[in-house]
Amino acid sequence: MEWVNAVVQGILLGGVFALFATGLSLAFGIMRLANLAHGTLALLAAFIAYSIVDATGVNPLVALVAVVPIMFVVGYVLERGLLNFTLGSDPLPAILVTFGLAVVIENLLLEHYSADARGLDAGSIESASIHVTDDIAIGWFPLMTLAVAVGVLAILYMLFAHTRAGRAFRAISDDRETGRLMGINERHYYALAMGIALATVAIAGVFLGIRTTFSPADGNSQLLFGFEAVIIGGLGSLWGTLAGGIILGVAQTVGAEFEPGWSVLTGHLVFLAVLALRPNGLFGKPVPA
Amino acid sequence: MSALLELDGIDAHYGQLQALFGVGLAVEEGETVALIGANGAGKSTLLHTIAGTLRPSRGTVTFAGSPLVGVRADRRVGLGIALVPEGRRLFPSLTVEENLLVGAHRRRSGPWNVAGVFDLLPLLHPLRDRRAAYLSGGEQQAAAIGRALMANPRLLLLDEVSLGLAPAVVKHLYAALPGIAAEGTTLVIVEQDIGQALAVAQHVTCLLEGRVSLRGRPGELTHERITTAYFGM
Amino acid sequence: MTRVDGTASVLDTPRADSGSPRGWRIARWTPESRVGVAVCVAALWVLATLPDWGTSSNMATVVEIMALLAMAQMWNLLAGFAGLVSIGQQAFIGIGAYSLLVLADDHGIDPFVAVWLAGLVAAVLSVPIGVLAFRLRGGYFAIGTWVIAQVVFLLVTNNTALGGGNGRSLLSLGDYDRLTREDYTFYTALVVGAGAVLIVVMILRSRLGLALRAIRDDEAGARGAGVDVYRARLAAWVIAGGWTGLAGGVVYLQRLNVQPTSAFSVQWTAFMIFIVVIGGLGSTTGPIIGTLVFWVLRDQLTDLGGWYLIVLGSIAVVMAVLAPKGIYGLLNRIRPFQLFPVQRRLRRRRRARAEVSAP
Repeated sequence: MEWVNAVVQGILLGGVFALFATGLSLAFGIMRLANLAHGTLALLAAFIAYSIVDATGVNPLVALVAVVPIMFVVGYVLERGLLNFTLGSDPLPAILVTFGLAVVIENLLLEHYSADARGLDAGSIESASIHVTDDIAIGWFPLMTLAVAVGVLAILYMLFAHTRAGRAFRAISDDRETGRLMGINERHYYALAMGIALATVAIAGVFLGIRTTFSPADGNSQLLFGFEAVIIGGLGSLWGTLAGGIILGVAQTVGAEFEPGWSVLTGHLVFLAVLALRPNGLFGKPVPA
Repeated sequence: MSALLELDGIDAHYGQLQALFGVGLAVEEGETVALIGANGAGKSTLLHTIAGTLRPSRGTVTFAGSPLVGVRADRRVGLGIALVPEGRRLFPSLTVEENLLVGAHRRRSGPWNVAGVFDLLPLLHPLRDRRAAYLSGGEQQAAAIGRALMANPRLLLLDEVSLGLAPAVVKHLYAALPGIAAEGTTLVIVEQDIGQALAVAQHVTCLLEGRVSLRGRPGELTHERITTAYFGM
Repeated sequence: MTRVDGTASVLDTPRADSGSPRGWRIARWTPESRVGVAVCVAALWVLATLPDWGTSSNMATVVEIMALLAMAQMWNLLAGFAGLVSIGQQAFIGIGAYSLLVLADDHGIDPFVAVWLAGLVAAVLSVPIGVLAFRLRGGYFAIGTWVIAQVVFLLVTNNTALGGGNGRSLLSLGDYDRLTREDYTFYTALVVGAGAVLIVVMILRSRLGLALRAIRDDEAGARGAGVDVYRARLAAWVIAGGWTGLAGGVVYLQRLNVQPTSAFSVQWTAFMIFIVVIGGLGSTTGPIIGTLVFWVLRDQLTDLGGWYLIVLGSIAVVMAVLAPKGIYGLLNRIRPFQLFPVQRRLRRRRRARAEVSAP
């Protein structure tokens, strides 16, 4: 029965990874940008929430009302002011710039907040759970995280499929120059896309901060998990990202059943297996190079 | 009354390579104008300077009295210039209808909408939900023209509509052009197929190796003069 | 057919049956490169005498500089020439360090021989790592290499024989007295550092170098011209992985204590990236300039603590956008120069001054 519980917990954990990976997937899908600063930016959001909570005493979930718009603006300005200039057929400048950015942000956070682990306290919801059976308990908060992940993906799906902006995103993702000929200001739309990506990262960061303690150096591992979720699920598929997150989550929790210190490693090994056997991921569409 | 579109002394470069040498062109509103010439003569290049995707190294482009150099391509759509690009360049992952809707991203007011496009080009109607990647060449070309119309342009630029298409298909597409001109749209058609171009145009300009080699009305130009201007012999 | 600017074109001269068209030869040296190589050799000569007149601390500094130079040259080989941007080179540093540990302490091989074997181990292990990572492209390839480095790190940390999370010390070095040990480490570092430069120069002068440059410029075109893109890239990957492992071994010959968090830290790659971006990507001289600049900055900024990484990172970000060819690129714009004989220039055999360069 512990195995079933491990799988259930893994599915719930997958919600966290999926939430993380969504922004990564979005940026890559629209701009072919692999944002190496993605994890650190999630930590930035968590720390902004921390400061807000510290100053005002509100529940971190309430602080989201401020953190999400802040991170949206950060994303828009970052893309328009810096990252737009790195886009092009050569992926190198974007990799270098986002990596440098990750280092700069992480160390700025370290300077300001120190390396101490912090937490965001969301109150009783953190420990409340539903007892399905004697062995299986579903925590309210993890369930909420998964629900939010699914909700965010659903909203994004509708945005892409049914709105003028969504069509514009898909158009410039297919063919940037022709998009321009249609009157789409691609610099603005790339910035919007990054804004949306960081808005989702804000949610992911705050939920992570509630779930566990966090410190500035955690950005890298979050980046790797998010990336693994995207690859396992397959590039170019938003729902694939959800599936990838869940598979990664289950891999980690089941791995922990074998040996407590092995959870992360098991996740990595599953990722490598997918990479070796099905490099396009489980639901991936081949992405034009 | 000044022309809707005026190009004066246009030089254009691709890196070190000069493609246009002092080209001038004047197009009156409501006219259909043909731009002919051999491969590499500079016709598409000229269209790109009008559409805004290539910046001329010298010369002026004036549209409805306002200078265009420095105005970005996406803004020119809002001013009333739309380009049907060489090679169609539909968005492959979008359906035909979605491609049309993207064409309306920055639309001006006017008669063209999805229903209107389907009326003009009925072959598109059954294809409305098909992804553009799965269309034939002729279907793609029709969709590309329709997509450009959705912006309700004052000036519609068509780049090599006949390229890679069977003559019967080309005839069918060209049959739709008078319908567009009837709404008052000005057309500049770049073509290698001289016959079709001369049949619809009121004015012809021929380019040879980046320079204007001939201008005139189709009725006034002899076959011999056109051939000389086209091939440069 | 003369060109517009008066220079002759290659089409002028009829081809002979041998390699170069008749009347032309391929020249690699330029006046500056003769001077450049002479200066480098002289500097190396002077450095080699350091044990006679320098302090232990000076020597230790040079060891670290040489190791970093080697790592940077290899990272530049990958990113600047093979189009492979790796954020996981720390895997090889760790592999090199731990291989040294196992070979020297557990198998009784002399540490100064073991360090070279450690490089070999890294080269061998780079093959499966490369095969796996090559299934990804661009930015995701970069992150993928990082993940693989993490996997190696976790495997090592979970292994108690290797010392687990606490690491182990290189005990066999205790067989040497301190001065001898420092001297041998110093000379090894010199060979590794200078060797890295030499290897990159030699690769660039070879067919592999030509293939890599072609791939970097236009992959599809290179493939069409018959270049085996996969094998060329893998060759560069293995060479870089091996020599980076060697450099890692050198670092720990000096540090004596191998700790997994430090050996596998992504900060190694961060330093390589900063050095190459600031010095000049895609050139052999760039990493040399970059290493020196990096060292000076590190020296000056140590008081700032964490701020020095922020400064370094910001400079790298700005340069990646504004000056993608680094300091070397900026200098080159003022006056083009080549420090090493790696370019290929087409020159007329008899009458001079018809120069067509083919970099």
